[in-house]
Amino acid sequence: MAAAEPWQTAEISGPKKASVITKPEVVVAMIKKAEHPILVVGHKAAEIDLGDRKLIDFIVDFAQKTKIPVVATAHVVSEFLKRSYRPAGWMPAVDIGNRLADSEWTGIDGKGPHDLALFVGLPYYMELTILSGLKHYASHLKTVTLDNVYHSHASWSFPNISTKDWQENLKVIIDKSEVGGK
Amino acid sequence: MSRKGVKVKIGELKTDVGVIKNLELSVGKVVDESWAEPMGPTPFPSMTALREWDMKLLQRYKPFYMPFCDVCCLCTYGKCDLTGNKRGACGINMSAQQSRTVLLACCIGASTHISHARHLVEHLIKKFGRRKALDVGGLNVKVEAPIIRLVCGTKPQTLGDLEEVLDYAESQLTNLLAVTHTGQEGNSTDFESKVLHTGMIDHVGMEVADLAQVAVYGFPKADPDSPLVDLGFGTIKTEKPVILVIGHNVVPSIGIVDYMKESGADGEIEVCGLCCTAHDIARYHKKAKIVGPISWQLRFIRSGVPDVVVLDEQCIRTDALDEAHSIKAPVIVASEKNCMGLPNRTNDPADAIVEDLVSGKAIGVLILDPEKVGEVAVKTALRVAPMRKKFKTIPEAEEVVRRAKECKQCNDCRRACPQDLNIPEAMKAAGKGNLAGLADLYELCVACGRCEQACPVGMQIHSFIVKAGEKKLKEETYKIRAGRGAIQDVEIRNVGSPLVFGEIPGVVAFVGCANYPKGGAEVAEMVTEFASRRYIVVTSGCSAMSAAMHKNEEGKTPYENFTGEFAAGGVVNVGSCVANSHIAGAAIKIASIFAKRNLRGNYEEIADYILNRVGAVGVAWGAMSQKAAAIASGFWRLGIPVVVGPHGTKYRRMLLGRADREEDWYVCDARTGEKVYVGPSPEHLFCAVETKEEAMVMIAKLCMRPNDTSKGRAIKLTHYIDLHKRLFGIMPEDIPPFVRNISDVPVTMKDEIMKILKEKKWKETVIPDPTLLPRMIRKRKE
Repeated sequence: MAAAEPWQTAEISGPKKASVITKPEVVVAMIKKAEHPILVVGHKAAEIDLGDRKLIDFIVDFAQKTKIPVVATAHVVSEFLKRSYRPAGWMPAVDIGNRLADSEWTGIDGKGPHDLALFVGLPYYMELTILSGLKHYASHLKTVTLDNVYHSHASWSFPNISTKDWQENLKVIIDKSEVGGK
Repeated sequence: MSRKGVKVKIGELKTDVGVIKNLELSVGKVVDESWAEPMGPTPFPSMTALREWDMKLLQRYKPFYMPFCDVCCLCTYGKCDLTGNKRGACGINMSAQQSRTVLLACCIGASTHISHARHLVEHLIKKFGRRKALDVGGLNVKVEAPIIRLVCGTKPQTLGDLEEVLDYAESQLTNLLAVTHTGQEGNSTDFESKVLHTGMIDHVGMEVADLAQVAVYGFPKADPDSPLVDLGFGTIKTEKPVILVIGHNVVPSIGIVDYMKESGADGEIEVCGLCCTAHDIARYHKKAKIVGPISWQLRFIRSGVPDVVVLDEQCIRTDALDEAHSIKAPVIVASEKNCMGLPNRTNDPADAIVEDLVSGKAIGVLILDPEKVGEVAVKTALRVAPMRKKFKTIPEAEEVVRRAKECKQCNDCRRACPQDLNIPEAMKAAGKGNLAGLADLYELCVACGRCEQACPVGMQIHSFIVKAGEKKLKEETYKIRAGRGAIQDVEIRNVGSPLVFGEIPGVVAFVGCANYPKGGAEVAEMVTEFASRRYIVVTSGCSAMSAAMHKNEEGKTPYENFTGEFAAGGVVNVGSCVANSHIAGAAIKIASIFAKRNLRGNYEEIADYILNRVGAVGVAWGAMSQKAAAIASGFWRLGIPVVVGPHGTKYRRMLLGRADREEDWYVCDARTGEKVYVGPSPEHLFCAVETKEEAMVMIAKLCMRPNDTSKGRAIKLTHYIDLHKRLFGIMPEDIPPFVRNISDVPVTMKDEIMKILKEKKWKETVIPDPTLLPRMIRKRKE
């Protein structure tokens, strides 16, 4: 297993560090346990190649299977629409971060506060700072990053893994996940 | 007014009525009260004088903290773990610690501008005297110092008048810095209020600096037709001896140009600059060339073109001496703030210094006399150039391929790269003789050089990238309009009404550093987009340079393609960092000249006016520095939102509105005292976005203001919706809060929008005379 070091070398972790996702079933279990999960997808999801598909194609499969509401950040909503998938919302990444930090927020679907936020496809340093905000100010929320790089500020993160391993892990997560939330 | 006033001292005076001994009479200052404008409530405001205004802003735009570090390590109790908003040994919690760090950063930024201003003013007073008039635009600029008038309540007319302003700024800055000591302020919101105060003080300092240099050095004075000057590596005549100046304080560079002219070497030497000194030297000397923004430092030095490197202050690579030494170019450092460990040769004869630099006895010198810097730089360049023969450290292509074969594919370079550039993949291809991958990185690289520090086999990766991108580098030949300085009063009169009523959709200012997420071309693209849409586009600093580094199909840069007027569809380069003051100044002048609001010491009312009526947005796409933080803070206090690129999240917190909280978006109608819902306009005060597409949509949205007329709002909505549809592929979901009545709906989109309004059960509201200040209500509700 790759060492759990921050992807950007100088982003030394604080005292509280993300637990390492050692196998994709950890994510499946997190989703199963969650009452009201949400998935935040950044613009890089439409840029990253995973085999002959883009990362966003895996995300669409995952979102459709789990029915977890998606918030698209930046302009990536257009890429979802091209794939005939309409996200539950779209807004700046810092805006969704700010709302998730608010335990009173009624959620992207109006069904109450979220208790699990999955992140994927944001610029590393931007996702890092937003996850930091949530680590420090959203005790009601667990965060999981589905990226292939270690994010020490998340509750759970993969270590730095190859795109091949990433692709395999995502496939397992999609295969084994059920409809998220109660 | 005269700062020094009058001081009379009499040792002994014998008169008919007696003997007077040791009489000392002192008049602090002579106040010139010919300025008819009444003094407002807050001249020379203290740290808490505008606290209530700050709290109004911070109530609506609450900080969303994103700690960049989980601990505090500022005292010996620490490190203290503040995770989860825990308190440290001194009692501070994470929120306060983040705001404290922001305050510290802003103090660094503001002190840099104020110190720069103090050096300029002292130097210029020494040369030209305290009574030198502050003419920054002749009859075209009667409101010559809008920020100073607004903040200090004074009307500076001479260089000497600026001293009192700097005294004030420095005293405030000392207090603000004191706030960050252990065991002082403990409340995060009060820290934020002080951040805003620092930003305001920073704008004062910037205005002083640019007023002084514009008035004395003959820079363009509020000139929309300021000359087009050369920018880019390809414009520099490399066959000549080349003097490169880097930094922000133009004084030593002026010394170089003056000596060149005096000694007849003007045509023999190329003077070029990097960063804001380049802007200012091009404002002084039309033949001076701008190499590019801050991130061009390494590539230009390593190219071997400069024969002498002169460093003044701010944003200079701290390894510039080593880099220059590696190409055998002597260095002259010319600021007390940046001595680089070099011997102080200020009092030595110029020829002796030149001899030491030419012979290599000294690799660099510190000279604190700008005239001597000029003489030494010119003489040294003329003698060193034939010896150096443009010695460079950028390797040949064969060498790049040979070294790339040694790449271990360890990923350390990529993990050190702030842009996460896929360097290992490009190196792999380079090892096989294909440099295309490295060439592709050329425009994305911010030239920090961290990749080289990380490389376990010591490869000069940045140099490899520059070699691969050499063709692009050498083809960089652009035109930029020299920094014009202030905006004319008549320009403000012309745009005041259409801007305040919304018919000119907004003022968009592209400012700040070059830490861009995907290269500077994005700045040029955004500038072109908004100028084409008839916004008023303003540029400054490195962003102004990046905006120039792109040509349209006709081979024209935005500065050639659009007018330099402060008018719809203009692209207005105000100048260097300190010229940012003219952007804030323009917003203030709209309130003063167009709306005839009193300016003098009347900060709160003017900021309230700007927040509610002037659709201005700052964009710092590559903001990197502490100065950028201070500049942004000054705009926030004036009610001007700032958008930053994704790296901007590292500024530790955003100031975000919550569009979903209706209660946050009420203002008072000054006519009736009624509370009126105005929608989230502007929605955020400080917001980082990921991509240029998102930035453009956000800019259009943040230009909306409660005071927009229906015609104006319809125009602004048209741009917002059009950009959203084009770049996001869908109608925005948040149209209803921006529609006050049916007349706000753009005619061309009426059917589509009316359907949305119906679905969302939209209700009509009124367009108020908006204010957040109860004292501005003319008739109180019974």
